[in-house]
Amino acid sequence: MDTIFGVPTQALFGQLLIGLINGSFYALLSLGLAVIFGLLNIINFTHGAQYMLGAFTAYLLLTKAGLGYWWALLIAPVAVGITGILIERLLLSHLYKLDHLYGLLLTFGLALIIQGVFRNEFGSSGQPYPIPPQLTGGQNLGFMFLPNYRAWVIVASLVVCLATWFMIERTKLGGYLRAATENPALVQAFGVNVPRMITLTYGFGVGLAALAGVMAAPIYQVSPQMGADLIIVVFAVVVIGGMGSILGAIVTGFGLGLIEGLTKVFYPEASNTVIFIIMAIVLLLRPAGLFGREK
Amino acid sequence: MAAVLHPGTAAASAGETRSLRWAFAGMVALVALAPLAVYPVFAMKVMCFALFACAFNLLIGFGGLLSFGHAMFFGGGAYLAAHSAKVWGFTPELAVLFATACTALLALATGLLAIRRQGIYFAMITLALAQMVYFFSLQAPFTGGEDGIQAVPRGKLFGVVDLANNYAMYAFVAVVFLGGFLLIWRIVHSPFGQVLKAIRENEPRAVSLGYDTDRYKLVAFVLSGTISGLAGGTKALVFQLASLTDVHWSMSGEVVLMTLVGGLGTLFGPVVGAAVIVTMQNYLAQLGAWVTVVQGAIFVVCVMAFRRGIVGELGALFRAKKPV
Amino acid sequence: MERKLVSTLVAAAFAGLSGPAAAQISDGVVKIGVMNDMSGLYADIAGPGSVVAAKMAVEDFQKTSKSGLKVEVVGADHQNKPDVGSNIARQWYDVDKVDVIVDVPTSSVALAVNQITRDKGKAFLVSGAATSDLTGKACSPNTIHWTYDTWMLANGTGNAIVKTGGDTWFFLTADYAFGHALERDTEAAVVKGGGKVLGKVRHPFPGTDFSSFLLQAQASKAKIIGLANAGGDTINSIKQASEFGITKGGQNLAGLLVFITDVHGLGLQTAQGLIFTETFYWDLNDQTREWSRRFAAQNGGRYPSMVQAGVYSSVLHYLKAVEAAKTDDGTKVIAQMKAMPTDDPLFGKGSIRADGRKIHPAYLVEVKKPSESKGPYDYYKIRATIPADQAFRPIDQGDCPLVKK
Repeated sequence: MDTIFGVPTQALFGQLLIGLINGSFYALLSLGLAVIFGLLNIINFTHGAQYMLGAFTAYLLLTKAGLGYWWALLIAPVAVGITGILIERLLLSHLYKLDHLYGLLLTFGLALIIQGVFRNEFGSSGQPYPIPPQLTGGQNLGFMFLPNYRAWVIVASLVVCLATWFMIERTKLGGYLRAATENPALVQAFGVNVPRMITLTYGFGVGLAALAGVMAAPIYQVSPQMGADLIIVVFAVVVIGGMGSILGAIVTGFGLGLIEGLTKVFYPEASNTVIFIIMAIVLLLRPAGLFGREK
Repeated sequence: MAAVLHPGTAAASAGETRSLRWAFAGMVALVALAPLAVYPVFAMKVMCFALFACAFNLLIGFGGLLSFGHAMFFGGGAYLAAHSAKVWGFTPELAVLFATACTALLALATGLLAIRRQGIYFAMITLALAQMVYFFSLQAPFTGGEDGIQAVPRGKLFGVVDLANNYAMYAFVAVVFLGGFLLIWRIVHSPFGQVLKAIRENEPRAVSLGYDTDRYKLVAFVLSGTISGLAGGTKALVFQLASLTDVHWSMSGEVVLMTLVGGLGTLFGPVVGAAVIVTMQNYLAQLGAWVTVVQGAIFVVCVMAFRRGIVGELGALFRAKKPV
Repeated sequence: MERKLVSTLVAAAFAGLSGPAAAQISDGVVKIGVMNDMSGLYADIAGPGSVVAAKMAVEDFQKTSKSGLKVEVVGADHQNKPDVGSNIARQWYDVDKVDVIVDVPTSSVALAVNQITRDKGKAFLVSGAATSDLTGKACSPNTIHWTYDTWMLANGTGNAIVKTGGDTWFFLTADYAFGHALERDTEAAVVKGGGKVLGKVRHPFPGTDFSSFLLQAQASKAKIIGLANAGGDTINSIKQASEFGITKGGQNLAGLLVFITDVHGLGLQTAQGLIFTETFYWDLNDQTREWSRRFAAQNGGRYPSMVQAGVYSSVLHYLKAVEAAKTDDGTKVIAQMKAMPTDDPLFGKGSIRADGRKIHPAYLVEVKKPSESKGPYDYYKIRATIPADQAFRPIDQGDCPLVKK
């Protein structure tokens, strides 16, 4: 059998595919962060908690209302997005005139509150969430057994990412958005309601996090801490990609998922630090990030 | 960049200096009398965290840089002091010095990376670097993984004074804390501190005046990290324990909270903030996860309505009464 | 909320007539501190349930004893953090006059409390913590390790599985001290039993995605995949193994640290066929069934884990020793506990060794198929009973300084 550095190529394909699955989550989350950052200029520390909220919404819909995965996929992002809108209107919007770091501190505090409340309510141990019946089982690809659900996650997140990119970079609405990023006062003068656009953008970014949470629920357990550590990795992803472009966030997310997957084969001990190491290297060589522009 | 982040700027007018001196005298008296009234281990904990928060404040309050990774210095210092005291048999003062020196190097290495970006990026980068240190501490053999380094001997100070006695230990911690505090005071009011404040207020102007701002920021970062390491090393001796809690990101969050509650950019704010938060944790410990919720709520309240912190608000009140 | 109140506020004071024994008891009352994880990862295996178990032990003791000993139970949450735990322990001993601390899951916290208890000359009864260091390098004249430990889990599971034909292994190990210890001890047992270890992979701790490592385990073609991890990591590995069709492919999972509450959380559909070792199961005999039903009635219907059973059993024996020794001085009571044989409805007759190790049988269990289970908590088939004298690490192999060679 052909091998690369002692690892059979067949097994390598399997690992790459798995890396792509993790990459889907990185991409979805860093995309949401990038969208929010683009317009609001804040780093949304609550993002991890909102990802967790998405998963919990799915869990509660199932256990309390009997609504399954597909409903959750629809309802959770909207519901969590609405809470995001409330947060933006009630709290964040009062901070825009201050140093951006206050936004970071505020969202950090909110994350603590949300995670603490859920830990009190549900404990730290995870709650199980079943794979939707349509997607159980899997395909034997020859080199690996790919569960159908994981395949769905890759496809769905790719579609969502590309749709978001298309909307922002290629539609008129996206045009306003990008213009408002550059010069809000001017766009306001053209009769666009910029504050409302900011609110909706935050809601949209948060909704993306919730969507990722619902997709993650059947794979990982639904637990209050599920977003807390993930978000730090996603921050590193964002630093590596640079926040200049939407496409950058998507490509970096998937790419780093792949690299992490490879690390798990060749040197598993480093698999949870590899992204941080790459971040350090990128900072040395290209401080603005791979796709970023130095402002 | 809007420079509204530093409401409690410590202007060094003569009157202020005088009141700062009085406040310091009051603090010394409080430190001296505290063991009579409260459990000494608790008072030592407050002092360790107060020093940590002061070190952190040096960076954000006077340098305008928000680090979200200071746990790496605090925890790193704790591990190094614990290891050198337990395994190599260092005396306590050597163990703490060794920890402080090593954290200085760590701060230099991470600082060189982190100061390449500003503002929010700086916060995220320090957070990510600290997470790396966290994973290192989890996996490295000498840190004992989940168990941490346990049963660290407090040892004999200079080979003579036995620190196993809580009051002897208290005196040692008090000296470290007050010494560290005076050092920070000195730094803030030195020409270096003035340049730092200038950079914080308006970096481009500082650059145009010919200052190498990156170097100033790096020095501030290293000083802040080093003193955090000192605080962590001392804490490890007090509790005879260095564990993952000390390097976890929630520790970085806690020190931000302490400083914010007490007052960013005020000399005494972090001390007050640390006392408030540690006391709160102590009395609310039974509530388990609610502590996190309460801390989060304090964060939100501070950011929304109380940005000057306790000492900052008091200072403002004081100044309002006495029109200059 | 109710269970939190029970556990966090001072739980209960059992007033009795103060008899002659009270003269030797510091401040006239024996104060038992139950310290564990009340809200986190281990809240189900220990948590408020352990407080219930301790209170049941006090009640049962007072029903039969004539000494009129006053006993009080308090609880606290260490949040799985050694510094929080050591803080509580110091305050309990120095300020709150606690005489004995029981339970303390999470090895790091237990080791910290172990040291403080020794310094202060109090007593420490460990039920929840796993590390066998407590009766090894870190053994103390003030500590008894009651329910289980890593050596026993590794040896019991490793040895017994090899005997029943699972002779090739692949380890999925959490990359930190606890995981390494578990892997090392199990590997030793497997090799000693004539088995072979085909490979191992260290996964980050805590991990969420184990698929990559499971694929490597699958490729190894080992008959048994040993999970040298704990809590959420174990649960996630088991779930994902079932998702990737690994158990269907003929490989078996061996959990090295699994509790009945984990099986309850996973559900039989996912957990079926899992093999591991425990020292207590509620459905062993009439006495355990009777006690467990009584326990469940006070614990919101949740059946006892072996940790909670150990808390009951250790507190009961402690109180008997206090009564016999007529003192609550920690060092003296622990010596008395070691001198007396143990006997209780849950673990049967047993003894405590000089290194502080409580000795009782262990059970290799296999999780039932959903079709075999008659109802909630009817989860295990007992595959083998490991006799008390073989279940734990031989006393001369632990490097405990208390044991004279």
